[in-house]
Amino acid sequence: MKQDLLGLKDLTAEEIMNILKTAQTMKLIIEQPNKKTPHLQGKTVVNLFYENSTRTRLSFELAAKYMSANAANITASGSSVQKGETLIDTAETINAMGTDILIMRHSMSGAPHLIAPLVSASVVNAGDGMNEHPTQALLDMLTILDKKGGFKGLKVAIVGDIYHSRVVRSNIYGLTKLGAEVILGGPSTLIPQGIENMGVKVFNTVHEAIIDADVVMGLRIQLERQKKGLFPSVREYHRFFGIDEKRLRFAKPDALVMHPGPVNRGVEFSTSVIDGEQSVITEQVTNGVAIRMAVMYLLSRGGFSVTAE
Amino acid sequence: MKILIKNGHVVDPVNNIDKVTDIFIDKGVIAEVGADSELEGLEMEVIDASGKIVSPGLVDMHVHLRDPGQEYKEDIETGTKSAAFGGVTSVACMPNTKPVVDNEALVTYIKSKAKDTGYVNVYPIGAISKGLQGKELAEIGEMKFAGAVAISDDGRPVVDSGLMRRAMEYADMFDMTVISHCEDLGLANDGYMNEGPTATAMGLRGISRASEEVMVSRDILIAEATGTAIHIAHVSTRGSVELVRQAKKRGVRVTCETCPHYFTLTEKAVEGFNTNAKMNPPLRTDDDVEAIKEGLADGTIDCIVTDHAPHHIDEKQCEFALAYNGIIGLETSLGLSLKYLVKTGVLTITELIEKMSVNPSKILGISKGSLAEGKIADVIIFDPEKEWTVDINKLHSKSKNSPYDGWTLCGKPEYVIVNGEIVINQGILL
Repeated sequence: MKQDLLGLKDLTAEEIMNILKTAQTMKLIIEQPNKKTPHLQGKTVVNLFYENSTRTRLSFELAAKYMSANAANITASGSSVQKGETLIDTAETINAMGTDILIMRHSMSGAPHLIAPLVSASVVNAGDGMNEHPTQALLDMLTILDKKGGFKGLKVAIVGDIYHSRVVRSNIYGLTKLGAEVILGGPSTLIPQGIENMGVKVFNTVHEAIIDADVVMGLRIQLERQKKGLFPSVREYHRFFGIDEKRLRFAKPDALVMHPGPVNRGVEFSTSVIDGEQSVITEQVTNGVAIRMAVMYLLSRGGFSVTAE
Repeated sequence: MKILIKNGHVVDPVNNIDKVTDIFIDKGVIAEVGADSELEGLEMEVIDASGKIVSPGLVDMHVHLRDPGQEYKEDIETGTKSAAFGGVTSVACMPNTKPVVDNEALVTYIKSKAKDTGYVNVYPIGAISKGLQGKELAEIGEMKFAGAVAISDDGRPVVDSGLMRRAMEYADMFDMTVISHCEDLGLANDGYMNEGPTATAMGLRGISRASEEVMVSRDILIAEATGTAIHIAHVSTRGSVELVRQAKKRGVRVTCETCPHYFTLTEKAVEGFNTNAKMNPPLRTDDDVEAIKEGLADGTIDCIVTDHAPHHIDEKQCEFALAYNGIIGLETSLGLSLKYLVKTGVLTITELIEKMSVNPSKILGISKGSLAEGKIADVIIFDPEKEWTVDINKLHSKSKNSPYDGWTLCGKPEYVIVNGEIVINQGILL
């Protein structure tokens, strides 16, 4: 029975820890001068991206190549999607070419969930609409694990556009399963109704959200949300919700500063915070490759459960 | 054709009949209600209805037959066949076809095709506005004289409140019912399901209850201010029920309907991105389901309709955001209502027949929903205790978009008589 990675909603704490531990090993490979292992030799990995992406797509591609897989990329603009082919037909076509792992990014929530039961390839969700982005949350968690040594009792504050963020949903599922406390902050228009039911606290001021936090994560603010009337201006957003060095002092002195990227300098964080000593944004990127290696490696070996072959 | 229905439990709310007796049908009409030994020996079809309910045929005033223009989803023949199997002997069909039913010719087309290929009575509903564009009134008077029984822009709201007011005033002059699809598009937020924790956890944009309630409120206020009548389509929230309840107390000429999915399912059905649980208005919460049942029980909600909305599998087996709204319902509405309203004590069978036959007939102004002597005989016979399991592949609609596949329901029509002719005999289409 093949396994997919559709979201952290579906994984147990043990499975998540298994991925993180495996990724710690994979990280050693990335640090080698000769970055090549035979783990995925003879396997085919296809990146099917219906949305623009730089880091996620490249990171999956490099992860596959470091492990000797055949890797190919398809983007919506250069494919039959332009000719009106349905998602199901496109996915089945890719599957029929001998694909073992299908990495999917799509602007609509649930798109990989639609495809997973229809193909023999393992489907990895690389971001679906506003739903989940499990490998991003896993790389965030790996970064926290490396720096803090664990999750129990940690306060993780996530500030920004909560409403539209798939990163936040995956992080909530993952972090709360491992015992961390998740606190959300942002303007009320960017907080979706009922998110407290996911086991988090919500505040509408930055200092309440990040007070005594061990981790402060910013989320990208998109200009298009301003056009839809969700906040008045980027300038006003930064004034009330942006985090500079002064505001960051509400968090613990050794709090990690994280961001899934791409960062808007001077909006979510001031440049001094992004480039400051507490920032681990660059390490997140490295960990992204390690996580994707671990996920694909485990999927090719039967799954994330510790007892899987 | 002469038909004698013997020993059935006749439920005929209009004529206050609720007892075991016989019904004799002759020359297409109800000839006699009551045991009559003199009939014995006549050449006729005798149906033994012992232990079964005999009632007026159901009237479903909110159905999409997709004909003309989208016959790959449904047409008048298949839609009315599905209706017959569901015990629905009259349907009123919505005008959002291609082209839109916004003139006399289209009304005439539906009437004539229904006469040729239909299994049950078909009453066209015309558009409120030309092309459902919400700009100019459709030819409401002409459609009325061609046979339309109501007007509605169902599927979309009449955004311009001034146009809605004029439609209600103009239609009232012709005694035409106005059916309002209540949705404030700004508040609907291009959403895909009910707003709340479930939508949030799935990353689906939510539709606020206020989207429906703002428009219910608007239409009630227009009706109140102008003394006109309004019928609110597919009520789904506690707030809407309460708005209608209060308006009725004030004497506003407002009626409303709900659908079986609003008292049998909640937003939880969407989990797993189940597109057969995607509809507009969206499935709500347990609290709303409770309020819908209260509204049915206290008479606030007048009718149960299906909003039968057939869609091709390709329009449902796709990304949730792209999936079309709606489900088929003609063959499951009686079974769901018996199981979830009558068996649970929310409604008596008499009240159920009022909501599924008598009241819709009154609201549309059609001569249905009664077994009075001399009435054209639309009669159904069913055993409300008899369980059956929904098998989506055995339903008769062209489309298969139902969330009820595999559900066990109560009561399936065994005999369906339309215009004095037996259409379904012991569950088999004649």
